[in-house]
Amino acid sequence: MSPAGVPGPLDVRVARKRLVNASGQTIEILANIAFRLGPGEVGALIGPSGCGKSTLLRIIAGLDARFEGSVERPPGAVAMVFQEPRLLPWRSVEANIRLVAPGLGKDALDALLASLGLESHRAHFPGELSLGLARRAAIARAFAIDSSLLLLDEPFSSLDGPLALAIQRELAALVAARPLTTLLVTHDIDEAIRLADRIWILSPRPARILDEIALASPRSARTEAAAQSLKARIETLQATLTGRACETGEAGDVQRRR
Amino acid sequence: MAARLLSVVMLLAIWIVAAHFSDPRRLPGPEAVIAAMEKAASTGELFYAMGITLARVAAAFTLAMALGSAVGYAMGRRETFNRLVDPWIVVMLNLPALVIIVLLYIWVGLNEVAAISAVALNKLPNATVTIREGARTLDANLDEMARVFAFSPLKRFQHVVLPQLAPYVAAATRSGLSLVWKIVLVVELLGRPNGVGFEINVAFQLFDVALLLAYALPFTAIMLMIEAFVLQPFERHVARWRPRSA
Repeated sequence: MSPAGVPGPLDVRVARKRLVNASGQTIEILANIAFRLGPGEVGALIGPSGCGKSTLLRIIAGLDARFEGSVERPPGAVAMVFQEPRLLPWRSVEANIRLVAPGLGKDALDALLASLGLESHRAHFPGELSLGLARRAAIARAFAIDSSLLLLDEPFSSLDGPLALAIQRELAALVAARPLTTLLVTHDIDEAIRLADRIWILSPRPARILDEIALASPRSARTEAAAQSLKARIETLQATLTGRACETGEAGDVQRRR
Repeated sequence: MAARLLSVVMLLAIWIVAAHFSDPRRLPGPEAVIAAMEKAASTGELFYAMGITLARVAAAFTLAMALGSAVGYAMGRRETFNRLVDPWIVVMLNLPALVIIVLLYIWVGLNEVAAISAVALNKLPNATVTIREGARTLDANLDEMARVFAFSPLKRFQHVVLPQLAPYVAAATRSGLSLVWKIVLVVELLGRPNGVGFEINVAFQLFDVALLLAYALPFTAIMLMIEAFVLQPFERHVARWRPRSA
């Protein structure tokens, strides 16, 4: 278990990340990405699809060490919700959760399953679940451990509106109740504004940070009007960006690679 | 099920009819074989021979599966190791069983070590290649999940790797067992003073087909039962999480 009660910061400096694609070309994915997420804060990375958000998250999770730069994680366990559920297909929903969190008590597990609407699915194998249910099980797994860093890669896509909202409320409550530094990758601006304390806007590939936005704290102090103006600001920024990208042919490039 | 039963009954009928029209020394009928079986069973020789042979099957099979799984897994995970060992495996796959048996009897001597090693070596490349295929198809996404959630090596092996390898282990087990028990009889015939293979050699010397079948048929029946009541349930168990097409 992590040293509870001591949240740590997340410090990310990726000078460069390159990949060699199938046809042997070297592609620059990330360029000069540096940001810091304070202890206990929720950060959101917003960017166009295919810009390298998931690559960045894999670097932060410690899954990819081949990059120039450094990542400092808060001390303690890491929990992650991947873009796909990545549950063990040969273990039940409950066993999948218990495997990552052996110390989880029965009441805590029941409460967790109930909060995600999974009570009636605890004995099911992942292959018997819809994608939405499997995603919820993956979220439950990440919530089950006492982590000091929580990474979420588009966790709410393919969940329908009201359900996504309910799970986002769960996430906000969880993050508020624990000393947990959270980083969320998304392309949904509303979602980022609802959850994050800090938002970074990424450019198309090679991804750079275009802007950092700090949101009013605490979350309850944010007004609907402020959220709307913030959303407008981000959309304008992204629109000018796409325009510019089209002129230089970058957008076409990104689409071809997808 | 009914078709299978009918098939077995037909085989029996063909045997009875063929035995009726042929020399009883060449092809004895079922009743002669059962009589020979009863005689061998009453002296205890039948059970002794089958016990010895089953022990050899178990030893050789365990040895080959353990070694083959370890080598196959390493080959599937490490490409340099695969390139290093692959030519050996190809040679062993193509070396006739008889050559391995005779060479081991010459080099090691006419003893139990040589007999069991010879059988294990015949099965080894087969197990290695099957497990290698399994190790190559391991899901990298699940491996990443296990790394992020800091699974211990034991936990990763038990819950992530082994369930993915299980169908390959089951396949290697089934094909391996049928291969091993046939080769064990040859090894016994060539260089052991006991076991089903030795008794079959005795029957061959005496030209006693009833005695030969009295040893061969019960042993085959036991291997079929292991297949039906041990291996098939094991395969169903490891595949229980797969959604069944109804």
